[in-house]
Amino acid sequence: MIIGQIENGIVLDHITAGRAMEIYDVLHLGELDCTVAIIKNAQSEKLGRKDILKVYDVIDLDMDILGYIDPGITVNIIQNGKVVERRHLELPVRVENVIRCKNPRCITSVEPGLKQVFKLTDRVRGVYRCIYCDTQAK
Amino acid sequence: MRHLIDILDLSKQEIDELLATANDIIDHPADYAEVCHGKKLATLFFEPSTRTRLSFEAAMYELGGNVLGFSEASSSSASKGESVSDTIRVVSNYADIIAMRHPKEGAPMVASMKSSVPIINAGDGGHNHPTQTLTDLLTISREQDRLDHLTIGFCGDLKFGRTVHSLLCAMARYEKVKMIFIAPEELKIPDYLITEVLEPAGVEYVQTTDLESVIPELDILYMTRVQRERFFNEADYLRLKDSYILTPPKLAPAKSTMRVLHPLPRVNEIAVAVDEDPRACYFEQAKNGKYVRMALIMKLLGVTK
Repeated sequence: MIIGQIENGIVLDHITAGRAMEIYDVLHLGELDCTVAIIKNAQSEKLGRKDILKVYDVIDLDMDILGYIDPGITVNIIQNGKVVERRHLELPVRVENVIRCKNPRCITSVEPGLKQVFKLTDRVRGVYRCIYCDTQAK
Repeated sequence: MRHLIDILDLSKQEIDELLATANDIIDHPADYAEVCHGKKLATLFFEPSTRTRLSFEAAMYELGGNVLGFSEASSSSASKGESVSDTIRVVSNYADIIAMRHPKEGAPMVASMKSSVPIINAGDGGHNHPTQTLTDLLTISREQDRLDHLTIGFCGDLKFGRTVHSLLCAMARYEKVKMIFIAPEELKIPDYLITEVLEPAGVEYVQTTDLESVIPELDILYMTRVQRERFFNEADYLRLKDSYILTPPKLAPAKSTMRVLHPLPRVNEIAVAVDEDPRACYFEQAKNGKYVRMALIMKLLGVTK
């Protein structure tokens, strides 16, 4: 098939080279019925190399997860073949069930049904900490 | 409804109000003898404690209230595998306020998410111990008559000491507080407390391994225990352990107004001979713990004298 222009859909551009599959998995893109294109190691003036994900449908994206995994991503919303919106991500202040706390003394290691919640505590260094025990996410 | 999970749950103004109430209780205990009549405090101690549990219970009795609870996990349903959430949902039907100590870090926060009554964190593993910090703040303010413009030395195990971390966070909010961290390289203050707490707050700080060189400039010396199990090898422990034991000769050059605090229990890090020095303040500090817990229980229950 030809990976061409999208009529209606989403392009995740400027993905750090090598991370497209991780994002594909985290966003559950494999569960979509529409066409999804994964482009790895594309040439980029800005990054040298980059990955790109093209989703041939407009879907709800969890921007918080995307922002946490790879805040440099640009999200382009395409309608009728034109970019109608371009979003630049930033680190979310809180992420749920994305990171697991590695602290064996944390209550999340034993308490059933507890959400794994991390908060951004240092935006400059991109530090996230467990809301329960304050352990830094690795 | 308010809980106290982390000392930073309280604003500076709220801390000032709590300390003022605690001071008033010390001066006029009879005025507070019945303010919690008919109220029940549940002390849920999933791990043993002496000072904290007894001071909570004494605090509630002196406010005219009653106490129920358990002092170790083996005498609770936790030993049968009950979750924190379920325990709290049940106990909050029986008590008006809960003080909880748990070995798992964050357990009191989980309790606060499920409870229908206020939760007080009475220590969660190596994480937080906010009522110890309130105790420390009351002691410092009573002894020095202020919480700002102070030079505080923290000495001993600054890496794992939860009381040090909480007090540092609380004191970083006051004007012109200088902190001096006195610890061996292996037990120095974690970097994140410097980058995420001290530097954003503009707190002046110094790190040193030498207690004797800095003791003359301190207003407060906060001692903690250097524990053998924190060292990677025995030789390092033996080399360093005596450096951080406070003795009368080491204390001699300190200011007459300086005060020595320690969250207790002490093992050998403060020589018994120091107890007689008027600058030794750790037993007074333990006494203050009861009064500040009385003030806290009143605040969270919304009762006044």
